[in-house]
Formats: sequence, structure tokens, C-alpha cells
Amino acid sequence: MRYLPLTQTDRRAMLATIGAGSIDDLFVDVPVEARLAGPVAGLPHQASEMAVERHFSALARKNMAAAHHPFFLGCGAYKHHIPASVDHLIQRGEFLTAYTPYQPEIAQGTLQMLFEFQTQVARLLGCDVANASMYDGSTACWEAISMAGRITKRKKAILSSGLHPHYVSLAKTMAKFTGDTLDAAVPELSDRTDCDRLLASIDGETSCVVVQYPDILGRIEDLSPIAAKCQETGALLVAVVTEPVALGAIRSPGEMGADIVVGEGQSIGVGLQFGGPYVGLFACKEKFVRQMPGRLCGETVDAEGKRGFVLTLSTREQHIRREKATSNICTNAGLCALAFSIHMTLLGERGLRDLAALNHAGAVAAADRLVKIPGVELVNQSFFNEFTLKLPKEARPVIRALAECKVLGGVSLGRLYPGEAALENGLVVAVTEVATREDVEIFATMLEEVLA
Amino acid sequence: MSRYFTEEHEWIEVDGAIVTVGITDYAQSQLGDIVFVEVPAAGTVLKKGGDAAVVESVKAASDVYAPVTGTVTEGNGALEGDPALVNSDPEGDGWFFKLTLSDASELDGLMDEATYKAFVAGL
Repeated sequence: MRYLPLTQTDRRAMLATIGAGSIDDLFVDVPVEARLAGPVAGLPHQASEMAVERHFSALARKNMAAAHHPFFLGCGAYKHHIPASVDHLIQRGEFLTAYTPYQPEIAQGTLQMLFEFQTQVARLLGCDVANASMYDGSTACWEAISMAGRITKRKKAILSSGLHPHYVSLAKTMAKFTGDTLDAAVPELSDRTDCDRLLASIDGETSCVVVQYPDILGRIEDLSPIAAKCQETGALLVAVVTEPVALGAIRSPGEMGADIVVGEGQSIGVGLQFGGPYVGLFACKEKFVRQMPGRLCGETVDAEGKRGFVLTLSTREQHIRREKATSNICTNAGLCALAFSIHMTLLGERGLRDLAALNHAGAVAAADRLVKIPGVELVNQSFFNEFTLKLPKEARPVIRALAECKVLGGVSLGRLYPGEAALENGLVVAVTEVATREDVEIFATMLEEVLA
Repeated sequence: MSRYFTEEHEWIEVDGAIVTVGITDYAQSQLGDIVFVEVPAAGTVLKKGGDAAVVESVKAASDVYAPVTGTVTEGNGALEGDPALVNSDPEGDGWFFKLTLSDASELDGLMDEATYKAFVAGL
């Protein structure tokens, strides 16, 4: 049975009201070349469930799954071990919703969990206050730029060349509609970040400086001088963390004076999941909380004086402020935030520090091994669990050749920065606790063979 | 000194070239307990009818518009720590901001106290 509640008359009335001639008129913004001219050629009409399952299983077997082979990909998404208890707990019926509560106070358990999540995120990032999560790191990054614009009433953001190019790309898309100016740059295949460029560019027109930490090449920069310069000129420092496990080993951006710290929380508790859903982290100094986007859970007491939780400062959000809301996002990534919180709770502070130490030691050992290969150079001298190598030839075909040998050997900079000849020999290698010594040895042996 | 009122429930006290702006007792009673006020910083240039301040109560968040065009000389810093001043003394210590009056003719369309009282009674 098809249930289509609208009659043709209803449709015509609605179209007439908004002045559209047909349903197709609603899609004129989609470029012509991206629209389907008709049915997809050669697509079969239907198949049985069994046949579809068989067909798709065969297609799925063509993938190289991260868990099946030596795996060294990072650049914003990291393969860490997730304890089985995380998945078990998030699937409990009381928790199993991906969505933000809209009649929140009846769901005290959900609110308590969000409150714990916020507390963990705020402590991890070194900030006073964190929200109940965003969609992912890149959208959180844009929200931070937008928030800095509201606070400073300026529209010029300076983006570090070490900021993930996908984050830059998302910010550019959004800035097209807000009129913000973004001063972005491409990184150099060198140990030096563009800190000097940032310091020289900050002026009285700057709304914020956005710095990734560790950056896209894995480099780690002291943010304090940039924070100081921002303070001097009334600009805000936005720090972006795509690998939060790093903060178990290095100083948090908040401690170095960042005003807003955002990040991708996938690393903790959330699988690679083919690129999403992930969980955006967002934290800031308390004085900016009213300009913060997203849901915010607060602790209070009920009429009997018992501890309870509420969604608070909702006047920032669009169901109350409409077009004057701080953001058009007033939801959160509930289930992924829960997974983050459970994993973080299982780790505890000590566990996070141990995990970070394990990651770093593995990465150092892998870097030491890989630079023994003739022609391979280590670009950055300081890193956490991810570093950049300079290969003696273009990295992209090397990665493909390694994949033929069942090794997923990192992310080539040619893939991230197409057309940038100076970067094409760059290879970003992530080494987490799931990469064994044997994995590293296989990787090194195969890389040496491919480069020979 | 003379006091004017707007249909948006703001009062304007004119003292020479400087005017003080706040929200009326009727406005605060409609809003309920006020928990946050954001006032413009000194130096902000306001246009008549443009957004000037934000007032937030337990019930709602509302914008306060600039009743006349001018440059802000002072925002009421006391409201940051004690927004309830707007409830307890809306037409006195609970003032929002002061600005220069650049065009006195903008006051022409505003109500005096008696007219505003009648206006509120009719709501």
C-alpha cells in the first residue's frame, strides 16, 4: 500500500502559494549537469531480498576493511580500539537514539549523560564550558569561526595552513553565504608551521585565527604566542583538535589561551564508520557561552532539592530566537557522544594518558623504522601519533601499490591537496595502538619494495 | 529633562544632547524574571529601529531597538551582574544605554507619559 497524504489539488495549492510552477522548480539550484535526465540506464527493476544480499556481500568483499590489514590512515579519522562494552552499552533501549531530546527534562538519564559528556570535553580541551556535541569536527570548526564573528563583530578569519583541507573547504562553502573573508593557505612540506604568517597577519580586523593542533601534517605548535597576539588585537584564537587522544599527552589548547576549542571526537569511542556519523566537540571560555551554538545541559536541583538536569541557555537556539539564534544547528550527535563518554569513562584520566603514551611510542618506533628506507625523510621532528614522510617519488601511486600488497599505508598529500606539486611526495602516516610491531615491519618492507 | 515612550515599550529620557534608554515597567512585567541583559558598548553607532540590546527572561528573549539614531556613550554595566535591576527599577537604575541624539526630530513621533499609559491600557 502506498500512503501519499497529498492530493494533486493539495500540491497545486502549495506550489501556487509559494509561486512555484512545479515540483521541479524547487530544485533549480541544483546544477543541470548534476540532475538526472531520466531513469538510470541499465538499472534492473527489482530483485529478491536474497539476491540483493548476495550481490551486495560480493561488492562489500571488494573493500579493504581497516581491521583486516596493516592500517596507517589518519588525517582526521583514527582507528582506535573500542572496548566491546561501549557498543553493548550504547545499544541499551534507554539510550538508543541518535537524536537530541526535544522534551528534555523527562529524559533525566539522557541529560545526565550529556552533562557528563560536556564535563569530559571541557576538561579534555582545557575550557570552562562545552556543549552537548555538534555533528563533526568540520562543522564545529565553522561554528567556531561564525561564533568569533558574532563576538568580535568582525568578519575576517585567518586559517592556519595546517588546518585540515576538508575543514577549510567546508568553511569556504559556508562563508560564501555569510560574507566572511577567510585567509587560507596551503602547508609546506617542512617542519616549520606558518605561525609567523599568522602572527604577521593578525590585525584589528581579524575576528579569529584558526589553528589545528596537532596539525594536518602531525606537527605540534605552542599556541601561546598566537593567543597573546590575538588578545592584543581583540581577535579570538580558535583551536581545532582532530585527534583528541593527543590531549592525553600534550597540553590542551585551552591551557595555552585558546578562546574556543573545537574538535572531532571520533577517535574516542566512535568507529571509522566509512566517514560518519561522527561527533563534533565544542568548548569555550565561560564569558562567551551565550554566543555558543548547540545544546547545553546544566545541573540544577528540583523542587525537593534533589540533583537534576535541564537544557539551559536555550535562548541561544533557533526554536526560541528564530533567525537570531547563534546557529541553525540546535541538535547534537547524541549516540556518538554517548559512545565517546562511555569510552572516556572506561579510560579515565590515567587510561587516557596511558593510551596516549602507547600511541606516541608506537609512532616514534614506526618513524624510526620508516626513515631507514633509502630516500625516505621524516618531515616533522615533533608529533604525537601521526607524522609526515617525504618520499623520493609521488606518494599517491605508492599508496595504491601498497594497497595491492594489502597495506593501507597512510594518506598521501596529493590526495588532500590535488594539483600542489610541492606536496605530492608527502605521505601522512598515523600509528595508533592497533598497529602492531609486525604491521609496521610489513609496511616498511613493502614500502621499501615499492620505492625500489 | 523630558521623557518619551515608544510602542515597543522603551522609554527615552532626553537630557540635552544625551538620551538614556530603558524598557518600561509594563515591558518588564510582561517579560517576567529577567536573567540576562546585553547592552551595546560605548562607541557603537545605532540607527533608529536597529537592534541595540538583548533582554532575556525566564520566558523569552527579546531585542531592544534603538529608538533614535546616535552613538552609544555608555552601556549600563550594572546589568551584567544584576539583570534583575530591570525588574526592580526598570525606569531608573535598570536603564540600558545612553547615546548621543543626532537628530532631535526623531523624537517627534514618540509618546509622552500620558499617551503611553493610554496606549498600554488599550492593549
